[in-house]
Amino acid sequence: MGMTVVEKILARAADRPSVTVGDVVEPRVDLAMSHENAALVINQYQEVFQGTGIAPKVWDPSRIAIIFDHRVPAESPKTATNHKKIRGFVAANGITKFHDVRGDVGGICHQILPEYGYVRPGYVVVGTDSHTTSHGALGAFSFGVGATEMASAWALGIAVNIEVPATIKVVVKGEFPPMVGPKDLILHLIGLLTAQGANFKVLEFHGETIRQMSTSGRIAICNMSVEAGATSGIVPGDAETVRYLREEAGVTDAIDCVTPDADASYVRTVEIDVSALAPQIACPHMVDNVKPIEQVLGIPVQQIVIGSCTNGRLDDLAAAAAILRGKKVAEGTRMLVFPASSKIFAQALDQGYIHDFMRAGAVVMNSGCGPCLGVHEGALGDNEVALSTTNRNFKGRMGNPTGEVYLCSPVVAAASAITGVITDPRKG
Amino acid sequence: MANVIITLGNDISTDDIYPGRFMATVLPTETPAFAFFDRTDFNAQLKAKAFPPGSVIVGGENFGCGSSREQACSTLKGYELAVVARSISRIFLQNSINLGLQVVICPGIEASVGDELELTADQVLNRTTGQAFDQVKLPAARKGIMDAGGLIPYTRARLMARG
Repeated sequence: MGMTVVEKILARAADRPSVTVGDVVEPRVDLAMSHENAALVINQYQEVFQGTGIAPKVWDPSRIAIIFDHRVPAESPKTATNHKKIRGFVAANGITKFHDVRGDVGGICHQILPEYGYVRPGYVVVGTDSHTTSHGALGAFSFGVGATEMASAWALGIAVNIEVPATIKVVVKGEFPPMVGPKDLILHLIGLLTAQGANFKVLEFHGETIRQMSTSGRIAICNMSVEAGATSGIVPGDAETVRYLREEAGVTDAIDCVTPDADASYVRTVEIDVSALAPQIACPHMVDNVKPIEQVLGIPVQQIVIGSCTNGRLDDLAAAAAILRGKKVAEGTRMLVFPASSKIFAQALDQGYIHDFMRAGAVVMNSGCGPCLGVHEGALGDNEVALSTTNRNFKGRMGNPTGEVYLCSPVVAAASAITGVITDPRKG
Repeated sequence: MANVIITLGNDISTDDIYPGRFMATVLPTETPAFAFFDRTDFNAQLKAKAFPPGSVIVGGENFGCGSSREQACSTLKGYELAVVARSISRIFLQNSINLGLQVVICPGIEASVGDELELTADQVLNRTTGQAFDQVKLPAARKGIMDAGGLIPYTRARLMARG
């Protein structure tokens, strides 16, 4: 019996000739990523060593990445002190893949990892963030864990007791219509599968539409795979993966793309044709409450957010800027833009997109998670409505339990910023 | 025997259990203050220690969906609550096992606030209604961690075995 991509990756990382669904394996970890919650990982890690007589030592400091993004710059003395504690740990342990609060190398963890070539096809990546699924875009098996599981990985260098997950094959065909793209595809898929339709499973993406999709688009769909409950999304590495890693991430060493066997076994196959897909909107308060835009047109919006690990990359900003150029954000609506990394911010400056946003009346913020998780920057007022390119719309998500969050693509967000109501970008 | 203290619907997210704005708080001694913070009355009852250890939260499908934040488990563990839900999101389930929070997957569970539940090895017995519901076994892969009393003691033992 052939193997899926994730089965192949796990077999290799666990030194086994093959694995099958349900096998328990302990794969070597190629990359272990954390953000501010490294403050908790450090506590748990230190507790592991207590009473052992063994001096605490991380298994491989070159394979640990820590990126500050959730609350940057710090919104509170508590966060600032967490940052300080993590910096001390990074220095003491020789961790080199560290991205502090900086305007040159800072950014959101799920953008920094691909951007700096930290993730390669075939890697096993764990991250203390549910959207660690993003890195499946580069052909890695990449999944979210809690802080204690990360502490265990820091100490042992393996992911303990991993059950090989079943895989759902998603085959996507057709060419996106104008103003429709990867975000609409993944929202549509989440609506089809439901929020728990892929719980404990992997989404493996195939088809001509995926092959022709940029790495940026692939990151968006893998990023949101977790919103269907998926352990990971994955696009088997291909020519685009190699191009991205070579040309954009500057990787020079060998790249080994892992592909599934033709006779691999899938628990389910889902086929989607995007050629007639409309812009999709996830409505409050669940990501699987997805509707075509026609059903929500005209809903007044007080806050527009463009950014996040889902849709804060250069192509997202370019598409939004093209719509806003020479236009104004509607009175009564505020628009916030968060480039996904400092590098993207600088590129958007060079390309003039930042000027387009500012002249339109948008506020451009530093790279980071911003208001996506409701910690700081851009909280909603009571009963306010946000339209956002981020990935979650749970009750209270944007900092106010009476607020409502609709999720959409960058072009829908930009078109709606001009009118102040949810607007179809195809009719601009 | 323990009482149901709240019944919740489907897709209870980690933002509901432990809102993102308290994520800078990480210590298990401090996170319980923010459990279900935006459910003001329930949060107040929890903080007032209105519920004895072992009290049960009954959830629907996909309990604990969303973020990987471990605070969503430590905040409930702090009160020694148990969660019985129709299904549980992967990361929340694993975090619960890792921290020793008692979680039970029980697809058919029907219970109301105040009902007395007994959690046996493979069933949930509603002593108030007389109904019995089968549990879904937790992932066998995680048995070693459960037997060790959580992932920290488990990892510690693995580390010491390496010498």
